[in-house]
Amino acid sequence: MSTVEERVKKIVCEQLGVKESEVQNTSSFVEDLGADSLDTVELVMALEEEFETEIPDEEAEKLGSVQDAIDYIVAHT
Amino acid sequence: MSKRRVVITGMGMLSPVGNDVSTSWNAVCAGRSGIGQIDRFDASEYGTRIGGAVKDLDIEPWLSSKEARKLDAFIHYGLIAAQQAVDDSGLEQFDKLDKERVGIAIGSGIGGLEYIEKNIIQMEKAGPRKVSPFFVPASVINMISGNAAIRFGYKGPNIAIVTACTTGTHNIGYAARTIAYGDADVMLAGGAEMATTRSGVAAFSSARALSTRNDEPEKASRPWDKERDGFVLSDGAGVLVLEELEHAKARGATIYGEVVGFGMSDDAHHITAPPAGGDGAARSMANALRDAGLKPEEVDYINAHGTSTLVGDVAEVAAVKAVFGGHAQKLAMSSTKSMTGHLLGAAGAVEAIFSVLALRDGILPPTINLDNPDEGCDLDFVANQSRKSDVRVALSNSFGFGGTNGTLIFRRYEG
Repeated sequence: MSTVEERVKKIVCEQLGVKESEVQNTSSFVEDLGADSLDTVELVMALEEEFETEIPDEEAEKLGSVQDAIDYIVAHT
Repeated sequence: MSKRRVVITGMGMLSPVGNDVSTSWNAVCAGRSGIGQIDRFDASEYGTRIGGAVKDLDIEPWLSSKEARKLDAFIHYGLIAAQQAVDDSGLEQFDKLDKERVGIAIGSGIGGLEYIEKNIIQMEKAGPRKVSPFFVPASVINMISGNAAIRFGYKGPNIAIVTACTTGTHNIGYAARTIAYGDADVMLAGGAEMATTRSGVAAFSSARALSTRNDEPEKASRPWDKERDGFVLSDGAGVLVLEELEHAKARGATIYGEVVGFGMSDDAHHITAPPAGGDGAARSMANALRDAGLKPEEVDYINAHGTSTLVGDVAEVAAVKAVFGGHAQKLAMSSTKSMTGHLLGAAGAVEAIFSVLALRDGILPPTINLDNPDEGCDLDFVANQSRKSDVRVALSNSFGFGGTNGTLIFRRYEG
């Protein structure tokens, strides 16, 4: 079973079209991985599906980096 | 104000008979059909189970996976054809290109049907929060033109005319006028379609528009033949680079042919069917001849709308007879849809390219599957086999739902 970190990174790669080697825990979706505002919405939708959870819009807006997403998933699932 | 002359300097195509212009052109000249069983979805419960798909397309060299995921297939097709056309034109190697003077007019008849279906189903299953943020930009029709502008940096006029099956022709005609009028020096123009989806095939089946010759797909599209039973729905895209003549000459571009005439009209008759005499089609052709300043006798070849429907095929023949009189028996008219099927909003663009290549190569592509011409269908349809002919002027027709008609006239470029 993959860890939360691995699963989050895999989705980030798929959604943002980046290579695994480019994705660090500190990577910002917008600044480092080239996401725009629409990409981040769809990324959150993909995380919701993967972890069978619902991330409220006001929480989703705070998820700026890979680590933010990992922390949120760990705390809420 | 005298009109500026407009020439064709680049072409790109994806079609059921090939994933580029030369493969497609060689296939139609060889009389090869691109129609087969539908495999994009399970069509086993459908009355029509055949279509013309784009086959074995590797998207990776053209679009990143991230880009591709956010765009419906009709936009993939349009962008790939646009990239091919730009590559072919050599525009990107011309360092004095003023990108503010380059525009885009690429439409679609229906748009992102597959993406729409996917998101509606998702919304029904999981609620409104699961509708993709890309739903609208991935499926609305002007997003080939929009994405192509971003890709190439072309900042001139950007538009996507939507007129059902006349879309490709209208976009090319409009783009040529944009150049002739002085609003741009170069335009990418054409159309793209990917409507062989679950709902697309179902809808055209319900309208009783499609051939049900499921056991002989390659024989299903048979314009003017007695045994025709409807059109075959196909996918693909065609894009042309249109350019002001002096601009093309100054950069030493290869000139494939000249756009000399554009005509439009409407039947004002019925939402899907033409009037028996093809009166709207006739006026469209007459308007294009007037625009070109050509006499009917000067037209050598017509690439017909010729979709293989009972009423439409006969109406087009009647229209040609009305416009060309005795010359109708001398000119040649073929339907390349007998091989490609009907690409709806891309049809006019794909057929414009075939018309231009007929001029360039002196070859008339055939109408295949024409075994027994129907009553009144007595023109030279270039039946079943292509042939050499010294064609100077070619005319291409497109007619669409809403009774909208468009005609383009091309001339061999002779300086």
